[in-house]
Amino acid sequence: MSVLSLRQAPPERLDFLNIAPATLAALSQGEAERLPIGTTRRGLVLGDCFQVSLDGGDSLTIEGGHERLDRVGAALGQGTIRVVGDVGQRLGEGMAGGTLTVTGNAGPYAGTGATGGTITIEGDAGDHAGGAVYAAKAGLDGATLIVKGTAGRHLGDRMRRGLILVERAGDHAGSRMIAGTIAAGSVGDHPGFGMRRGTLLLGSHGRLTPTFVETGTHDLVFLRLLARSLQRLSPRHAEIAAGPLRRYSGDLATIAKGEIWAAA
Amino acid sequence: MSDLTLNGIRVEDTFAEAFDVAGTAIVVTNDTAKWAMIAATTMTGFATSVIGCGAEAGIDAELSPEETPDGRPGVRILLFGFEPNGLKEQLLKRVGQCILTCPGTACFAGVEGPTKIKLGGAIRYFGDGFAIAKRLPDHTGKMRRYWRIPVMDGEFLCEDSVRAVDGAVGGGNLLFLGRNHAETLKVAEVAVEAAKAIPGAILPFPGGIVRSGSKVGARTKGMMASTNDAYCPTLKGRAGSALPAECGVVLEIVIDALTSQGVSDSMRAALHAATEVGAQHGLVAITAGNYGGNLGRHHYRLRDLLEKNPAVKETEA
Repeated sequence: MSVLSLRQAPPERLDFLNIAPATLAALSQGEAERLPIGTTRRGLVLGDCFQVSLDGGDSLTIEGGHERLDRVGAALGQGTIRVVGDVGQRLGEGMAGGTLTVTGNAGPYAGTGATGGTITIEGDAGDHAGGAVYAAKAGLDGATLIVKGTAGRHLGDRMRRGLILVERAGDHAGSRMIAGTIAAGSVGDHPGFGMRRGTLLLGSHGRLTPTFVETGTHDLVFLRLLARSLQRLSPRHAEIAAGPLRRYSGDLATIAKGEIWAAA
Repeated sequence: MSDLTLNGIRVEDTFAEAFDVAGTAIVVTNDTAKWAMIAATTMTGFATSVIGCGAEAGIDAELSPEETPDGRPGVRILLFGFEPNGLKEQLLKRVGQCILTCPGTACFAGVEGPTKIKLGGAIRYFGDGFAIAKRLPDHTGKMRRYWRIPVMDGEFLCEDSVRAVDGAVGGGNLLFLGRNHAETLKVAEVAVEAAKAIPGAILPFPGGIVRSGSKVGARTKGMMASTNDAYCPTLKGRAGSALPAECGVVLEIVIDALTSQGVSDSMRAALHAATEVGAQHGLVAITAGNYGGNLGRHHYRLRDLLEKNPAVKETEA
């Protein structure tokens, strides 16, 4: 297991796009320490901020996180990254595979554009977790994003594919969703605002947008499959799927092929 | 006259000739085993022969809730056609008319294989734009895509695509030469139960048994097949009859399976089961149907099936 140990709080935002286990495995200690991670003209390299210890494996631990570590695990294709601490924005952006775990909190846009793999945030996530960045077509795009704490507003905004599991989320969860599934213990107001397709499974929720219409309670095979698929990741969310649920169809302001399943 | 015997019953030293076919399997589930079976029985109706019905189909197994993707009772159905395109057409028609229409059913892929057949992805058009696709992991974590089609009892959930296997074989067979109809039917019934018990094998004819075995061609112009006159007891004594004087009835079982091994195992099980009860029901002999060995690639020699648990010897022409 390769280890990067943070020496001290970074003097600027750091970009971890090029710091992946596979990249480090192909480099010598010196080459790895010279990888650029700075975002200003200061020209910071990895060795300036981190003590680097490489073993050539496909597992990387970043000890000592910080909210200035941006794009950690971005474009990760395989292997494992574990961050002990917090990270900044765009955790796992465009990630295609592998496992990414953060023991602390994550900034905004975690999992944006991620097409595969599993991202786990053991603390809280910022706004737009699994959401699309400015001008991007889609947010989460096939990966699995798990937030064990609280996610901010606009969770899964323009999400296209994949699964988001959160304990709590703020307002506008699933806004403008293209497709995919979000399961949450509770969310704030206006879940699914402007969603086209997709599924929200909610233990509780705030005010619903008036452009959602209740279709009643239904015993559908889909719910059985959803409960089974959630069971492996979170028995608590699987329990919501298996329990009594009311279905709301919407957003009728769009093509209205989305749905909210709310615990009855 | 063959000198082969099994459990005191004469076994002709010949072979069953079988063909490569396209085969697939689906799993149909429902809230109750009764309604899963109703759906499966409906879908596998009129599917005795590819030539006349477009497909051969049958029920492979009843599945417990623990064995199905959605945790409901289910039935595994096998469907065979000459080639993948014909199989696809039949699958769509049968699922569309018999499974989609049946209250409470859902439909899943029942086998892995190299050839993809779009199923839910085609039937979704019945949903008139209201159908929803969902990708969910199965119990192994593999992502699967389903279509949820709004219907009047809720939703019809159907897997986006199913798979056709390589190596499916159709036309394994045994002929039971008996003395009278009732007794020979009992022997054939026992054989059918034994043959059906092999996973991945079905017997598509009514109750697994066919009484109108056929030969290729006919004296009538344009007929592809006609009665197997050599085994018709009312034609005994004529030149070309293959029946001994004491034989008064012949019944045949036909076996299709997802693998050649399945056909072989199924024929072996049927052969042994039939001969074990044959003497008490006046069975005269057991033989198999072939076309001289020139049409089908798979030859199952009865001689090789006499041992109960040997290494299989299926000969390829």
